[in-house]
Amino acid sequence: MSKPTGLVQGTLDLLILKVVALEPMHGWAIAQRIRQMSGEVLQVGQSALYPSLHKLEQNGWIRSEWAASENNRRAKYYTLTRAGRTALDLEAAQWERLAAAISLIVRTA
Amino acid sequence: MRLASIFRLRVRSLFSRTQVERELDEELRYHLERQIEENIAVGMNGEEARRAAMHEIAGFEQRKEECRDMRGWNLMDHLVQDTRFALRQLRKSPAFTSTAIFVLALGMCASVAIFAYVDASLIKPLPYRNPSGLVGVFEKIPLFPQSNLSYPDYLDWKRLNTVFSSLDVFQRDGFLLSTPAGAQPARGARVSDGFFRTLGIAPVLGRDFYAGEDLPGVERTVLLSYGAWQRRYGGRADVLGQVVTLDGAPNIIIGVLPRGFHFAPAEPAEFWTALHAASSCDLRRSCHGLYGVARLEDGVSLQAALNNVTLIAQQLEKQYPDSNRDQGAAVAPLTDVMVGNIRPILLVLLGGSGLLLLIAGVNVASLLLVRSESRRREIAVRSSLGASPARIIGQFVTEGLVLVAAGSILGVASASWAIQVLTKLIPADMLARMPFLDGLGLNIRVWAFAGAIALLAAALFSLTPVLQVSLPEMRKGLAEGARGSAGNTWRRLGSKLVVVELATAMVLLVGAGLLGKSLYRLLRVDIGLRPDRLVTLQVMAPDALYAIDQQSLALEREVVSRIESLPAVESIGVARLGLPLDGNGNTSWFRVMGRPWHGEHNEAPERYVSPGYFTTLGAKLVRGRYFTEADDASRPPVAIVNQALVRTHFPGEDPIGKQLLYLTASPVPIEIVGVVEDIKEGPLDVPTPPVLYTPFNQRARNDFGLVVRTRDAEESLLPVLAATIRQIDPGIVTYRGATMNERIHDSPSAYLHRSSAWLVGGFALVALLLGVVGLYGVVAYSASQRTREIGIRMALGARTASVYRLILKEAGWLTAAGVVVGLVCSVAAASLIRGLLFEVRSWDVETLATVAALLGISALAASLIPARRAASVNPVEALRAE
Repeated sequence: MSKPTGLVQGTLDLLILKVVALEPMHGWAIAQRIRQMSGEVLQVGQSALYPSLHKLEQNGWIRSEWAASENNRRAKYYTLTRAGRTALDLEAAQWERLAAAISLIVRTA
Repeated sequence: MRLASIFRLRVRSLFSRTQVERELDEELRYHLERQIEENIAVGMNGEEARRAAMHEIAGFEQRKEECRDMRGWNLMDHLVQDTRFALRQLRKSPAFTSTAIFVLALGMCASVAIFAYVDASLIKPLPYRNPSGLVGVFEKIPLFPQSNLSYPDYLDWKRLNTVFSSLDVFQRDGFLLSTPAGAQPARGARVSDGFFRTLGIAPVLGRDFYAGEDLPGVERTVLLSYGAWQRRYGGRADVLGQVVTLDGAPNIIIGVLPRGFHFAPAEPAEFWTALHAASSCDLRRSCHGLYGVARLEDGVSLQAALNNVTLIAQQLEKQYPDSNRDQGAAVAPLTDVMVGNIRPILLVLLGGSGLLLLIAGVNVASLLLVRSESRRREIAVRSSLGASPARIIGQFVTEGLVLVAAGSILGVASASWAIQVLTKLIPADMLARMPFLDGLGLNIRVWAFAGAIALLAAALFSLTPVLQVSLPEMRKGLAEGARGSAGNTWRRLGSKLVVVELATAMVLLVGAGLLGKSLYRLLRVDIGLRPDRLVTLQVMAPDALYAIDQQSLALEREVVSRIESLPAVESIGVARLGLPLDGNGNTSWFRVMGRPWHGEHNEAPERYVSPGYFTTLGAKLVRGRYFTEADDASRPPVAIVNQALVRTHFPGEDPIGKQLLYLTASPVPIEIVGVVEDIKEGPLDVPTPPVLYTPFNQRARNDFGLVVRTRDAEESLLPVLAATIRQIDPGIVTYRGATMNERIHDSPSAYLHRSSAWLVGGFALVALLLGVVGLYGVVAYSASQRTREIGIRMALGARTASVYRLILKEAGWLTAAGVVVGLVCSVAAASLIRGLLFEVRSWDVETLATVAALLGISALAASLIPARRAASVNPVEALRAE
């Protein structure tokens, strides 16, 4: 499975959860939002995005429903569940710790 | 709540496949379209935009597959795919598939069917409350280790013992049942009042006997078996209070026993009456007619119980030296009393069917090995095309499971059929005495047993090919040279399996040979009579009309003269207290006049016989004379003895003219007038005890047995005999009509020997076939692997004979190994069945040699086929084929 370059394994799940936490969103919009929010740095391709979405849904962290999209077509919207919220908090806190630790090392060196 | 929604999602993923699949497609397509739109927005034309979008996705179907993976569909999908593939593969090689399924089904059928019998007889608890606390209680005498109690002894044991919470007695009994259609024989039992309470059985209808209801003088009452209630009274509830006339006496029906109740030692019993101990036998301490059944007090061991009753027996021996000398005691678990005689045979059969199952399993496993060997390339191709090891193993496992499933279904179905067939083969008389076999079939325990076998087989058959195809080697299979070494692994493993098969077949063959030889010896035991054209029939006349000796004698004379005058009848004899092979232990005590005597009980079964008895049987007179009509009550008592009695009591003496005295109050001397060769008065496999024959004319009774020698077919005579006797008096009943040959062949010992010999023989033949086919498989395979080698040898000038030698040498080594291992195992296994063998040693050289030869010849025959094929190889073609 190809991953977007430079994306640490597992972080995509965190990004998706974070983005979906703002509002219900379909896959395309999630990819776009991640790109925008990362200042065009993180390009999430379909190849990684959809398997992740389906996995998160199976885990019960997000749920999906079909609704009309902004261009008036049917699209599958993903919403964060309560379990997803807990998971997001956990993953975010973990990420903070990890990132802080890594940057500490990187800067010292 | 989260778990519930996850579960819902999973279920949806699995079962709303098309909808979920459509949604997946739509979702990805939406993304693709948005990408195309964006591409157009940045200035690409339509076609370019599309191609760029597709490129970015890098494979629409792969993305879908990844999503499916995430949803956990693939596990199910693979299973379905594998199963389909397995079915296709198996269908493609029908010979392999049908052989594997058939062999497995055969092994399952045999072992499941036999297990059903083992379960019904040995595992299923007896239908009483807490059956493990029940014991059979017996007196013990030198002649019989488990003999009957006398009524006075029973009362004393009941009073004095401290180990039983209750002790009761029963006695098998035959009744003359009065019905509107005339008298009928009916079977039943007399029991003491607490008999059913001891067993923990309560009637389903009415009441049990109350305490004291078995005493003489109390109104006679009877309990019906459930079967009798259904058959004779249509299951009506108003049967209670009705009167049934048994042996001319009215009995009030007070209850009906439960449906599942049975009591093998008294079966087939329809009427259970209270004891009413008033007969002359009941009152004498020396007349033993009852069997005891007791419930042990909590915490009392069998040994403690035995010690206690032995002590009581010793005390009674001191107290009543006349009657109780040498009367010891015996106690045995009630299950032993009921199934003790068939337990060893069932265990042997279970062992035999287990061995057959083993050989069947090994056979199928080696078939799978050959198959996986020939599929080496297929696996190599699949593996190099990216199939993961897990997928390939999964494939083998699925194939194994499909085979086992099919084999198990077929096996269990045929086992259910085999159980019915086997039960039909049991003589009705014997079946009636084994009521625990009622409702035999596939119950929960049998299913569990079949399930366990299936699981084992599944594990074996799915793992065998996996072991063979070691995974790191998978890809190497593509290389041409890998072939030779692979053949070697197979040959090593496969040939070991063949040795196991041949050795197992050998054990079964030896077992069958020994049992067969036992049966042969048993049926050829000298029974002291000529059984051809001989029929036997029991006669019972009502007490009311024939109670007096003179009446009985008149009846006997009438019966004899009427039957003698039948055209088909050559001669007729009469015997009371048991016909040959009956094993009736009705013994008398005697002493020899003129010899010192210290009160010991010389014991011998007694038979009252008519003058024509010995000549009709075709017995051989050794000395003296037979009885004549003149030996009647007006003459001094006379006796004929058998040679066993002469050996025991008159060794080296002429017994003729010697006189015996019964141990009765006023003994009259009985003169021995003749000696006959031993007639088998008991089971075939038990040595004939000393027997005393006295004239029926001097001790006539109203129930006796007939032996009739006919000029015609035996079977046609029986109805004629019965009709002739009824003409005399319709109140007389006849029963147990049989030819002497039937009595010999259906006697319990002959039946048990025959059934075990046949069944084990059947197992052995199948095992031999499977073993030889297995050997053929190995030899043929290795010969085909060596085609090139053989080609080269022949091209270099090897003769056909040396090619034969090459192939046969391998087969010979395998067979020799199988026979040697088999011999060792056989001798060990045979010593386990020693108890079942009759006049055959467990290491019977003749049997062992015959079996080894049979196995050797069959193996040679099986390996000649591949040897011939190898020898006829055209060297040019063999070399070119590579």
